[in-house]
Amino acid sequence: MTPDSLRVEGLHYAYPNGPAVLDGLNLVVEAGERVALLGPNGSGKTTLLHQVTGILEAEAGTVDVGGLRLDDATCGEIRARVGVVFQDADDQLFMPTVRHDVAFGPANLGLTGTALEETVLAALAAVNATALADRSPHHLSVGEKRRVALATVLAMDPSVLLLDEPSAGLDPKGRRELIELLSSIDQTQMIVTHDLLLALELCGRALLLSGGRVVADRPPLDLLTDVELLAQHRLELPLPLDRPTLVTLLERVQQKGPRSMG
Amino acid sequence: MFFADRADHGPLQDGLAPEARIIAAIGFVGVVAFTPPRWAAAFAVYTLVVVGAVGALGVSPTAILRRLTVLGPFLVLALLLPVIGTGDRMSVLGVALSVDGLWSGWGIAAKGTIGTVISAALAGTTPTARILLGLQRLRVPALMITIAALMIRYVGLIGDDMARMRTAMIMRGHDPRWIWQLRPLARSAGASFVRSFERGERVHAAMLARGFTGSMPELGDRRAGWRDWFLASIGPMLAAAGLAIGWYVEAWS
Repeated sequence: MTPDSLRVEGLHYAYPNGPAVLDGLNLVVEAGERVALLGPNGSGKTTLLHQVTGILEAEAGTVDVGGLRLDDATCGEIRARVGVVFQDADDQLFMPTVRHDVAFGPANLGLTGTALEETVLAALAAVNATALADRSPHHLSVGEKRRVALATVLAMDPSVLLLDEPSAGLDPKGRRELIELLSSIDQTQMIVTHDLLLALELCGRALLLSGGRVVADRPPLDLLTDVELLAQHRLELPLPLDRPTLVTLLERVQQKGPRSMG
Repeated sequence: MFFADRADHGPLQDGLAPEARIIAAIGFVGVVAFTPPRWAAAFAVYTLVVVGAVGALGVSPTAILRRLTVLGPFLVLALLLPVIGTGDRMSVLGVALSVDGLWSGWGIAAKGTIGTVISAALAGTTPTARILLGLQRLRVPALMITIAALMIRYVGLIGDDMARMRTAMIMRGHDPRWIWQLRPLARSAGASFVRSFERGERVHAAMLARGFTGSMPELGDRRAGWRDWFLASIGPMLAAAGLAIGWYVEAWS
């Protein structure tokens, strides 16, 4: 599917008997753009993902995907356009085998027979998980589960991908494979993450969400070198790297591949 | 078949649509349930059919024995009935037992065992997802299918959660070896329920995000045709024949 834009305006949401999690949130992700959504725990990142797919109903505000306004009538179409990869892959995988799990979404979209089989195989091949097709999803490693969870969403051919902490719990090799996989996908991507270096490497723009609002919208390099701003919002780089060092590392990754970083 | 499960194959069950399997099981068990306990010849026929079917389907005896453990409380009741029953009494090994109680106890034990073995055979040869699909095709309300699907998922999650909690307790010096030492684990069951409930909500959200509207998608499974219904009718027809034999023997004895 051709990448779509994502536009959120004035989104407001509070859990029952709780404070506002999203407080007039505005953001725009252009079609084909890869954007990082950063923020401390409890800042509303995951809630935002649930709002965009209509799983939680906003108290105020609008969500548009590719110009289509989210409401009761368009909810099904929006869910077909927006693929969500949840933070915990165990929440995403519920069928008896990987093959059935990957087929669940496209089958709900009406795919049957050979078309469904080909879609399942293509999605598994895209995440290098063809060999896992007959395994039980609950007996996979964390990295394998993460890849299969991504396949379950890719199989629906979404135009927008929302990824919640995709690198959490992955070993270094698995994290590297994930970065390469995400950089090869054309869809519009919004990546919720605490992995600031992943955001730096993958994304052209980073949004800082805090208190239910976007408080900064900058290129990742600019955002990650603003130590004061990061500290105000309980964020920091894993090492105190200055801007020239980050630029050098980024150039090495982009020009020569990750192995040259050491 | 692309979506066939390895557990789904065998000499007889290959390709038999799940709705036909469910109807076959319900039909057979239904006939057994309505058989008067005194028609012993009918139960002899049922036993032969069940043993033959289990052997032909290649169901593991261990799996059947494991499922038979659920009969425990019913067998206790079956054993008590002859003792507490009223009416004519007869002496068995020097103990005066109620004749009606003996027949009632026998009925509970025989029908319960046959029903459990049949359900074990169905579960052992049909993946859970296909059983749910079969129920869906038999017009069981979508809400019940959803509840069943999520419940099956929750059972695994609760089991995993309890196992993790037990490990955490052992790591902090608790070493439950006896039943009365299980108190901390029992207390943690409430916490486990809440955690599982929250996890269940997240699983449901993931299903909604992938287009779930209340009914499970049909993954390339063909619907039952005349061959399926013919094969599925064999079991209930044999049971009906057993019932007729039981009636005949009882009527002429």
